[in-house]
Amino acid sequence: MNNSKLPPTSKGLFNSPQNRAIIFQVLSLAVVVLCIFYFVNNMFDNVAKRGITTGFSFLGETAGFGISQSLIPYDDTSSTFLDVFIVGLLNTILVGVIGIVLASIIGLMVGVGRLSSNYLVAKLSLVYIETFRNIPILLQILFWYNVVLAALPSPRQSISYFDSIFINNRGFIMPDPIFESGSGFILVAFLLACISVVFLAKWATKRHDLTGEEFPLVKVALAIIVLAPLLVFFITGQPISAEYPALKGFNFKGGITIIPELLALIFALSIYTATYIAEAVRAGIEAVPPGQKEAAKSLGLKDHVILRKVVLPQALRVIIPPVINQYLNLVKNSSLATAIGYPEVVTLFSGTTLNQVGQAIEIILMTMAVYLVFSIVISLLLNWVNAKMEIKGR
Amino acid sequence: MAVYTMKEAKPAPSTSKGLVFWLRENLFSTIPNTLLTLLGIYFIYTTVPPLLDWMIFDATWSGTKEEVVKEGARWIFIIEKFDQFMYGFYPEALHWRPNLVAILSIIFVFFIPRLSSIKIKFVSMLLYPVVCFILIRGGLGLEVVGTEKWGGLMLTILVAAVGIIASFPIGILLALGRQSDNMPIVKTLCVGFIEFIRGVPLITILFMASVVLPLFFSDGIEFDKLLRALIGITLFQAAYIAEVIRGGLQAIPKGQYEASESLGLTYWQGMILIILPQALKISIPNLVGSFISLFKDTTLVLIIGLFDILAMVTLTNSDTSWLGFEIEGYVFVTLIYWVFCFSMSQYSRVIERRYNTDH
Repeated sequence: MNNSKLPPTSKGLFNSPQNRAIIFQVLSLAVVVLCIFYFVNNMFDNVAKRGITTGFSFLGETAGFGISQSLIPYDDTSSTFLDVFIVGLLNTILVGVIGIVLASIIGLMVGVGRLSSNYLVAKLSLVYIETFRNIPILLQILFWYNVVLAALPSPRQSISYFDSIFINNRGFIMPDPIFESGSGFILVAFLLACISVVFLAKWATKRHDLTGEEFPLVKVALAIIVLAPLLVFFITGQPISAEYPALKGFNFKGGITIIPELLALIFALSIYTATYIAEAVRAGIEAVPPGQKEAAKSLGLKDHVILRKVVLPQALRVIIPPVINQYLNLVKNSSLATAIGYPEVVTLFSGTTLNQVGQAIEIILMTMAVYLVFSIVISLLLNWVNAKMEIKGR
Repeated sequence: MAVYTMKEAKPAPSTSKGLVFWLRENLFSTIPNTLLTLLGIYFIYTTVPPLLDWMIFDATWSGTKEEVVKEGARWIFIIEKFDQFMYGFYPEALHWRPNLVAILSIIFVFFIPRLSSIKIKFVSMLLYPVVCFILIRGGLGLEVVGTEKWGGLMLTILVAAVGIIASFPIGILLALGRQSDNMPIVKTLCVGFIEFIRGVPLITILFMASVVLPLFFSDGIEFDKLLRALIGITLFQAAYIAEVIRGGLQAIPKGQYEASESLGLTYWQGMILIILPQALKISIPNLVGSFISLFKDTTLVLIIGLFDILAMVTLTNSDTSWLGFEIEGYVFVTLIYWVFCFSMSQYSRVIERRYNTDH
């Protein structure tokens, strides 16, 4: 054999993959560190030059502006910027929770409708999905706010239902529940009912494992959770009453007012996100092999049992991860509320507070931190769900 | 010997073919199904005819706004303000320049993928953005138009196009960085960047780019408002593209990596010649999906004060002689976005089929 034709193997510094990796990493780290150093250095120069204060001491100062909707007591003469932050955070969470519930309901219905054997329902669901997912969410929010809700009548000409719910261009006004003494018992009864349902569920599963007998758990659980607090409500002498809204002058006094900004945001977000959830539901149900359904049918199971015990458990494994991601998207999209002025964290903090204080870096970092925490929480939840739903091999 | 003749087949019973059968099977098979169908028909009856009346039959297509007597849409508003919706404040005499760019882009999108010569493809890909930029902004003997005059659909498409084109190489590098297990520091940097960007809403990144970014540079460096928005959008899109491409990279069988190494290819040769072409092909549907989201997300630039087509609705409505025409404006913009997004998703199916090399 003649090896002399082969190229000489060089042992240079650059020819070993390990060395190359180290050199490349050191170089890239150096570039990143230098950039950060350059940016931070300039930032301090600029901040000093413009006379902007730094640090988070502004959080203790009085804010001095009004907020149209607040879940905690807020007062524009004494509340601080920290209060503003908390108000915004809570309002973001409020939009997120309501939006997620509504979007899930609509999405589930449309997703199932998309697979319906009824031609018309399937096509209507398809049209719904293709229409609303192809229109930017900001456009939908603005449309609801500036066109649909702005066209509602003035408070004096409100649309009213049963003289207790009013709809007008100032929002959606409904009775405010008043909790008198004794209403605590109802809460206790509700909690006790929930705990007993948990134990009941454990017992029912155990019995099913041992004897194979089914227990109508859902019906019984619903009955306990609804009836127990209701019973206590009447025993303690109906301690919950309601304050009804009434027209005084040009606007309504009393009751809970849902401001139109919140309505527009919730309509737009849930309708938009529902299209993605519907597609996830459809994909999940389609992912269950048809043989599973046929096998269950040949075992003699009833249709609703097949759906509950065979199709859904397998479909949910595919459905849940993308749906949770859509929940995160919904929360992130709620930041667009700033276009219509709904007081959530971006509007209040990156908008109003930034204009008053001018400390852009701290304020925007705090706003980003809020959403980062949301996404970390949601991805932890996702990991937990994935681990729980993993197919357990033996 | 008896002769057996075949009897002619009878036609299928009328209950298992034809329109009646189809209707019964698909719309009226059970009682709940029938109820759903009736509900659906009622829904269509209450929504579609009024919508058609408003949009077409009762609409006003010509004349001045004082002459409007019909109940329907007053499209005269859109016709009157059409130029502003398309070009923003771009000088009217120079509208031919964006138009030329649009024609060039159509030629680029439809003809370049069909060229066989890689060299011409490469050169045209390098030349195309430069030519477009000079045509729109001016320079080289053309009159310069400042970015504050850019607006309307032109700006929307420009922001989306720059976001897509500029984020693509960054996204590929980030994806490769995230996949490089033998370089933990690079991997950590990439993962940190991607997860940070994906964890926050685009609007906070745009605020960051428009308020904080100027503080990062020393005083001599001035950033245009549009440029700041473009930087924010590009970084944002790059993180999403990186995740899409990572999905494609993970789907490539390990044997392909090993084969490229055993052929003696270097890392970059292996990536560019073997791995990336396959990974990108797999990622096409998801890439187009993320382009569509970006196109929809360009509307957010109105919050930091740029005048994209959606912002033009509000702006043209503040013209005192044209108050109260929001609905027409919003519906027009909705139609435009819908047509763009829908055709992009259809185009992705075409591309997917063209690059499908499965047998």
